[in-house]
Amino acid sequence: MSLTGRARRRRAVSAVMSGLAFSSVLLALVPVALILFFVVARGISALDLNFFTQLPKPVGETGGGMGNAILGSLMLIALGALFAVPVGILVGVYIVESGGTRLASLARFAADTLNGVPSIVIGIFVYAIAVLPFKTFNGFAGGLALGVMMIPIITRTTEELLRLVPMSLREGALALGATRGRAVFSVVLPAALPGIITGVVLALARIAGETAPLLFTSFGNQYWSSSLRQPTASLTVQVYNYAISPYDDWHRQAWAGALVLVSLVTLCSILARMATHRLQRMHHAA
Amino acid sequence: MPQIRTGATDRFFRLGTGSFALVLILIVVGIAVVLWNESILSIREFGLKFWVTERWDPVAGDFGALPFIWGTLYSSILALILATPVAIGIAVFLSELCPNRLRTPLVFLTELLAAIPSIVYGLWGIFVLVPAVRALQLSLPDWMTALPLFSGPPVGVSMLTAALVLAIMIVPFTASVAREVLKAVPMAQREGAYALGSTRWEATRVALHYARVGIVGAVMLGFGRALGETMAVTMVIGNDPKISWSLFAPQYTMAAVIANEFKEAVEELHLHALVEIGLVLFVITLIVNVASRLLIWNMTRERRPRRPITAVVPAEESAV
Repeated sequence: MSLTGRARRRRAVSAVMSGLAFSSVLLALVPVALILFFVVARGISALDLNFFTQLPKPVGETGGGMGNAILGSLMLIALGALFAVPVGILVGVYIVESGGTRLASLARFAADTLNGVPSIVIGIFVYAIAVLPFKTFNGFAGGLALGVMMIPIITRTTEELLRLVPMSLREGALALGATRGRAVFSVVLPAALPGIITGVVLALARIAGETAPLLFTSFGNQYWSSSLRQPTASLTVQVYNYAISPYDDWHRQAWAGALVLVSLVTLCSILARMATHRLQRMHHAA
Repeated sequence: MPQIRTGATDRFFRLGTGSFALVLILIVVGIAVVLWNESILSIREFGLKFWVTERWDPVAGDFGALPFIWGTLYSSILALILATPVAIGIAVFLSELCPNRLRTPLVFLTELLAAIPSIVYGLWGIFVLVPAVRALQLSLPDWMTALPLFSGPPVGVSMLTAALVLAIMIVPFTASVAREVLKAVPMAQREGAYALGSTRWEATRVALHYARVGIVGAVMLGFGRALGETMAVTMVIGNDPKISWSLFAPQYTMAAVIANEFKEAVEELHLHALVEIGLVLFVITLIVNVASRLLIWNMTRERRPRRPITAVVPAEESAV
């Protein structure tokens, strides 16, 4: 049967539109490829052991590293996670397991709102509550800012995953005489835990790349930070300061810092991807 | 009686976890209160004039935020125009047309793009995109550079550079939300179209039509991201508080001026003026985000079965 002209045209339109959709994917992959290429190509030449262990050298001297900034970033991220992980998870638990109270939907709304607040605004907020009273930029403020940004991500992940836990698990626990708290903390939460951990890893990766909320909270430092009560260096702020400086050697190091950041983010994404893949298979098998 | 004990511990459980929910709500309220308190001097001093004056002079203590609002809106709208067709194209391809084997790696790659830190985009912007934009401007014919849209000296740091970086950053974000929305379109919609003899694109159009409200929401969510984006824009836009239509003119955004001047602001009035910009950024992004979430929620709720635990739909949500 031969196609009529109209049918042929409709098929052609369909093919053209599919082609356009595919080309938009290619178009989006061009910047990924370009960014990854430049970060790896320029970063790798400045990346050596010194980069991880040495202090920054003064202007004019080549060499040195970002050891203090890497350590500082790790401390700030750990500090943020220390309070954001429990708070985030417990808020998620409350939203799902409280039985739909008004406070729960308000908390959910707050999490969405906080997720959309520009990171620079979080920086202002933390500056006012944790820098102004002590009259000095400090590491605690930086960790607090990162933590505030982490909470909504962890809350939403916990919420999503708790909702996936079958109702029968809760009912089983309650039928055996467990209290609600007991049912949640010894049955429901453990069932969702692998997924929640994945979510936490992703949140850590996202927070590790934050710069704006640290600019005027933990500020920066050219030396090893001895105390979180002092200004604390971070990898992202250091990369920023080096990137906008006029020195070639600093630019090289900024690229190296970017390579470290991108590797970290990629690694976390791959790990999380593998974990969710395994989880999905487990759910299917069950 | 065991029942009473259970009731008491249940209440304890709700109170315990509920207090953390309260902490989260207090943080959000706290942000609003702090922004208001710390900008009160500027609000009193300049009032509404703050939003329509072009002069930004920390030395003279005279502050008007119009150039920053202009820069933020102009760059975000340009980014939106550049990013939206691509993002919707990606969402359509990944949810409607893509062979299963290709989907997983492509989704992973677009998600990776979304996870690259803003500072890395900025670094790449300074050293790769800025020279490229400068070269582009130099290669334009004279009659084009005579137009107000393309005028100005070839410096590279410009509105166009910022819009390009922003567009690259929001594409994966918008695409992934739009894909979620398309996933929520009932299969029956497409099956119905195919049963009537539709081609693949015609069936996709049916799905897109069904999802249109949610897709508008996804685009707005991307817009909200662009409005608040700080580092990458600060690094490539040139930081010059002048209002201009020219794509090649260095300009300034609200987030960028906070990032640049906040820690050096000595005068209290200067600091308060910067916080007031932050306050407005907060309010604008809040409105954009709430509106887009309502649209997306409105779209995706049909598909999901009522969750057993939240069987009682909260009043404000059911009113939508």
